[in-house]
Amino acid sequence: MNFDFSDDQKQLRDQARKFLAEKCPPKAVRVVLDGKAPYDKELWKGLAEMGFLGVAIPEEFGGAGAGHLELCVIAEEMGRANAAVPFSSTVYLAAEALLIAGSDAQKKKWLPAIASGEAIGTLALFEGKGNPAPKNVKLTAANGVLNGVKKPVADGAIADFAVVAARTGSSGRDGDISLFLVDLKAGGVEVKSLTNLDPTRGQAEITFTNCKAEPLGAAGEGWSILTQVLDRAAVLCAFEQVGGADRALEMGRDYALDRIAFGRQIGSFQAIKHMLADMYVSATLARSNSYYGAWALSTNAAELPEAAAAARISATQAFQHCAKNNIQVHGGMGFTWEFDCHMYYRRANAMALGLGSLSYWEDQLIDRMRKKNAA
Amino acid sequence: MNFDDTPQEAEFRATARAWIDANAPKQYEEELRKSSLGRTVLKNADILEVAKAWQKRKADAGWACLHWPKEYGGRGSSPIERVIWQQEEGPYGQLSRMFIIGHGMCGPTMMAFAREEHKRTYLPPLASGEKVWCQLFSEPAGGSDVAGLRTRAEKDGDEWVINGQKIWTSGAHYSDYGILLTRTDPTVPKHKGLTMFFLDMKSPGVEVRPIKQASGASDFNEVYFTNVRIPDHQRLGEVGDGWNVSLTTLMNERSAIGAAVSTGFPELFEYCSSLMLDDGPAIEDRAVRSKLANWAVKASGLKYTSMRAISALSKGERPGPENSIGKLVAGSMIQDVAAYALDLQGASGVVSGEDAELAGRFQAMLLRAPGTRVEGGTDEIMRNIIAERVLGLPGDIRVDKDVPFNKIPTKGR
Repeated sequence: MNFDFSDDQKQLRDQARKFLAEKCPPKAVRVVLDGKAPYDKELWKGLAEMGFLGVAIPEEFGGAGAGHLELCVIAEEMGRANAAVPFSSTVYLAAEALLIAGSDAQKKKWLPAIASGEAIGTLALFEGKGNPAPKNVKLTAANGVLNGVKKPVADGAIADFAVVAARTGSSGRDGDISLFLVDLKAGGVEVKSLTNLDPTRGQAEITFTNCKAEPLGAAGEGWSILTQVLDRAAVLCAFEQVGGADRALEMGRDYALDRIAFGRQIGSFQAIKHMLADMYVSATLARSNSYYGAWALSTNAAELPEAAAAARISATQAFQHCAKNNIQVHGGMGFTWEFDCHMYYRRANAMALGLGSLSYWEDQLIDRMRKKNAA
Repeated sequence: MNFDDTPQEAEFRATARAWIDANAPKQYEEELRKSSLGRTVLKNADILEVAKAWQKRKADAGWACLHWPKEYGGRGSSPIERVIWQQEEGPYGQLSRMFIIGHGMCGPTMMAFAREEHKRTYLPPLASGEKVWCQLFSEPAGGSDVAGLRTRAEKDGDEWVINGQKIWTSGAHYSDYGILLTRTDPTVPKHKGLTMFFLDMKSPGVEVRPIKQASGASDFNEVYFTNVRIPDHQRLGEVGDGWNVSLTTLMNERSAIGAAVSTGFPELFEYCSSLMLDDGPAIEDRAVRSKLANWAVKASGLKYTSMRAISALSKGERPGPENSIGKLVAGSMIQDVAAYALDLQGASGVVSGEDAELAGRFQAMLLRAPGTRVEGGTDEIMRNIIAERVLGLPGDIRVDKDVPFNKIPTKGR
C-alpha cells in the first residue's frame, strides 16, 4: 500500500514551495491586502508559466494533464503562502465544473484560457445568507437569459466568466436547478466589490439583468453537478487549509523559540507548549483526512462524498484553530496589522465559509455516512 | 496513492487469513467484537485462559510476536507484516491485551539488555503466553516523574536486596516475571542513580495488592518489596544506567503502530443510528449530527494517520512522528463520547450495569475513561513529548536535575 504522495508529487510540492517562497512573500500578499491591487497579477502569470494553473487540465485542453494528486500538493503550497490570487475559484470551482459538465466547445474555449492564465473563472452560487441548497437558488433562467443577484461571489470582481446556478423549475426538487456559463465581459451584469474578512481574496455581488447565458450540462442536472464540484473543491480547499494550518503552526513555534519573557523562551512554558502541541494534533488529523480525500478524488472512488466532507470539516477546524492560536502565542504583536498572523486568521475564517459553512458540511457528512452504512 | 497490498503483502495476508480462519476461537468472536473500553469481554469463560490458549496456538504455528527473531519465539517478520497480521486478527486481537506490556515493553528491553542465555530461556515462553510479564516503574512518588522513584536496591554479595513499593502495575496479579526499575544510588542526581532488573514475581518478599480503581474494577496493582533478593546476573544494563534502559522500554510502549486505538465513535454512531429521542430519531437531530460529525473526523483522522505510518513501514521507511497523537486524541475523546451517550439517555443514563441501556456499555466506558488519559503517559506528558520532540520546543526547566536525589524536597509547604 502507498497512502502517500509519490516522489514525483513530492518533488512538485517542493518546486511549488520554492517558487512561492520567491514570488509570493508576505510583502507581495500585502499589496493586495492593503487594497493596492485586486490580486497579484505577476504571480498569476508565473503560476501559468509554471504549469500550475492547468496541472489537472488534460493536455488536449491546454493543461499539463497530470492529475488531482498533483493539484493537491500545489494547493497545499498556495495555502501555505497565503497567495493573493483567484486560484480556488478558477481552478477548483470553474475548471472542475467545466471538466465535469462542459461541452467540448466550452472546454475548448475556457480550459486553455485558464491554464494559460488568460481567464479567471468563478462559481456564482450563493444569494445572501444560507448554505448550498436548491431552495436558496432564486436567480431565474428562461429563454437563455438570467435574472437575479448572486452574493457573495468569490473573485467575482476580477472574473472573466462564471458558472451560475439558476432556477429553471419550481417542483421543489433538485431538478429545478440548472447551471449556466456566463461571459462576464459580455454585458448584462453589474459587478460590485464587497468588503470581506479576507481582502487578499475578493468577494463581489453580481446582478444579472437579462444576461445572456449558455447552459452548462443538461437542464435540471445543475444540483447534481454542483454537488460533485463542491466535493472536489472541498478536498482541494482542504489542502490549502492544511498548508495554511502548518504555516500558522510554524509561525507560532518559531516565535515561541525566539521570544523571551520572564527570563526564558516562552516556548519553554507548558501553557504555550501545550497550545502548540494541540495545534500540531489538529493539523495532523486534518492532513490525514485530506490525504484520504485526495485518494478518493484522484481515483473517483465511491467514497469521495464522505471523504470530501470529512476533509472539509477537519481542515477547516485545523486552519481556524492554528490561525487563532498563532495570534495567541504572539501575544499583542500578533494583533497588529504589521505582523502576518492576521492574514492567516482572515484566510482561515473566510475559507471556513466559502463552500458552505461547517454546519452544512457536518450535516452532509452524517448523511453520507448513513448512506454508506445503509448500502 | 493506493491502499493495495504489494504482491508479497497480499500473499502474507492470504496466509495469515487462512490460518486465523482455521484456528481462531470463533465461539468468542461476537463478544470480542462487541467489547469496548471498560467492559469485561467474555461472559462464560475466563478471558485469561482463552487468551493464553490463543497465544499458545499462535506460537506453536509461528504466529506469535511476529517481529521478534525466531530464536526468541518470534517469526522474524517485517514491521508491515506485523501490521497486516493485526488487521487480519481483528477482534481476536483483544485477546492479546494482557500480553501487551510483556510483548511490547518487557520483551524488547530484555532483547536489548539481557544476557544471551536469559534471552533464550525467558523470551520464548513470553512470546507464547505461557509466562506473563509486567513492568514495575511507577511509584507513589514517581508517576509522570518516573525518575523520582524511591524503591531501593542495595548490593549484597552477588545479589541485590530490594525494598520499596510500586504502583499502577498492570496485571501484576497474574504475572510470572517483571522488569523493575530501582534506585541504587540516592547520592547522585535522580536520573543517574537508577538500575534495571528483571525478577521472578514469585520471589519471597513480593506482595501484590490489587488497586480498586475509580471505575470499581481492578486492572492494576500495588506491589510491595520487602528484602526481595535478585541475583546480579538479572540486572539489565549497567549499574546507574537504568534511566537509559527504561527509555528503551517506554519508546517501545509508544511506538505500537497499527494497533487500533479505541475512540468510542463506532459505538456511538451505531447507537445514535437506532436511538429514538423525544422529537424523533437521534440521527436526524441537528445537535446530535453536529457532535457526531466532529467526532467522526477525529476518528477518521486517527485512522488515516495510522495508515500513513503503515504506508511508511510498507515502503521500508521509518514512520514520522504523527502517530504520537493517537493516545492524546483518543483518550479524551472516548471520555466525551461516553458522557454524550449518557446525555442522550436523559435521566435514565444514571443507571449502570445490566439494567442500563445496552447493558451499561457507555456507563462502563465513562467510568473507565479517566484512566486512559493517565496510563502510559498523561495527556500533559504526551503534549510535552509532541512539543519537545516533534516541534523542537525547549524542555521544561527541571529544578531537580543536578541535585543529589536525597537532597530533593519531597513535600510542599
